[in-house]
Amino acid sequence: MISRGFRRKRSDAGGSTPVPPGQYVTDDFPVLSAGPTPRTETAAWSFALEDLEGNEFFHCSWRELLALPPAEITVDIHCVTKWSKLGTRWKGVSFDALLAAAGRPAPGPYVMAYCDGGYTTNLAVADLEGGQGMIATEYDGKPLAPEHGGPARLLVPHLYFWKSAKWVRGLRFMAADAPGFWEGLGYHRRGDPWKEQRYDGD
Amino acid sequence: MTAIEAAVLATLRPTVTTPPRLAWREAEILDVVDETPTARSLVLAVADWPGHLPGQHVDVRLTAEDGYQAQRSYSIASPPERRELTLTIERIDDGEVSPYLAGEARRGDRFELRGPIGGYFTWTVEAGGPLQLIAGGSGLVPLMAMLRHRALAGRQVAARALVSSRSADAILYRAELDALATGDTRLSIVQTLTREAPPNWSGERRRIDAGMLRAHTFPPAERPRIFVCGPTPFVEAVASALVGLGHAPDRVWTERFGPTGRTP
Repeated sequence: MISRGFRRKRSDAGGSTPVPPGQYVTDDFPVLSAGPTPRTETAAWSFALEDLEGNEFFHCSWRELLALPPAEITVDIHCVTKWSKLGTRWKGVSFDALLAAAGRPAPGPYVMAYCDGGYTTNLAVADLEGGQGMIATEYDGKPLAPEHGGPARLLVPHLYFWKSAKWVRGLRFMAADAPGFWEGLGYHRRGDPWKEQRYDGD
Repeated sequence: MTAIEAAVLATLRPTVTTPPRLAWREAEILDVVDETPTARSLVLAVADWPGHLPGQHVDVRLTAEDGYQAQRSYSIASPPERRELTLTIERIDDGEVSPYLAGEARRGDRFELRGPIGGYFTWTVEAGGPLQLIAGGSGLVPLMAMLRHRALAGRQVAARALVSSRSADAILYRAELDALATGDTRLSIVQTLTREAPPNWSGERRRIDAGMLRAHTFPPAERPRIFVCGPTPFVEAVASALVGLGHAPDRVWTERFGPTGRTP
């Protein structure tokens, strides 16, 4: 359906750097959160991996996390609310490095990421391994700000950005996929921006 | 649960079978209402609209003659009780979609939308109160759907709204807000202006801070349901102050929009 009198105005969408369908490029870094920003001091922060029964098989403090082999990535990110931000620079610890530190393979094919503030999101291990997912602690060379998920957030940049859960505190492995917070409220289970998987059924 | 809520939840809840795609629907502009010098409401007839909850939003998709498409999200301003769907759009001058919807578009024009979207930042009278609304600029739009719904659903729930705008002429729905508060002993609405105020202004005259929240919002002991919507710095400041005053974080629902640097 053509909307009378509507014309392309921006030059960035479909320009030299392609963005996924329905997205536009912003230089800003918008914030979306369902509630107040939690503020956890790094001294009180810890991170855990839990097996299918909910038992912790890996636990680390902030200092222990930063002692793991670092990963850096510069990548485009895509929010389901339509903005994309190009060339964002992150540093953290990869999902692979966490499992290596835990000394065992993934106990199941899915995880539920859980966070301060009660937020959860589900992910397939296949979307995290091989350098695809990390616990990010720095953005653009600086410690991650609380409103952007600091001290640490998940970063899974090839999926819509709600999957990159802010204020992450652990991953619980699952034998079967189950919806997290937004996924239970009508958003897509996987959220591949290139397939425009915004909502359930897309 | 009302029939509307049941219908909306049925479309939002994931099921074991593959759910249907949230369909694009044809919207026709029935009326345009200039709310402020930069904001306009579009009253829409939407084919087969499934109903919504106050606080939800829609995705709008515009298509140009050359096939170019652009999508944006806009909050719904109308209550579920109304058959027509109303969106209020703030014009962002260097934007692509808002100058069209809040400028070029006129009665009879058509575009596509799908929704309702967002099942968290919602409130109905069945959820109970007290209801505390805190808006910055056009963050008032989804909160207006809640106030309009409350007015049509019996005005029983105690409610307060604290509305921050740049200047008096930037206040959205000003006459309607005044009318809603008149004669409703369970509703109070306080306005604050952050940049300029007319000489006879009787409201507040600064950005919302902890002192203003203490003076004009329900105290933590009353366990209000608090909905905060506005630009990111506004919501960050207000939500942090509310938690600082002793409100439980899970009683504070937030919706942020726009660039990080803009202030109301």
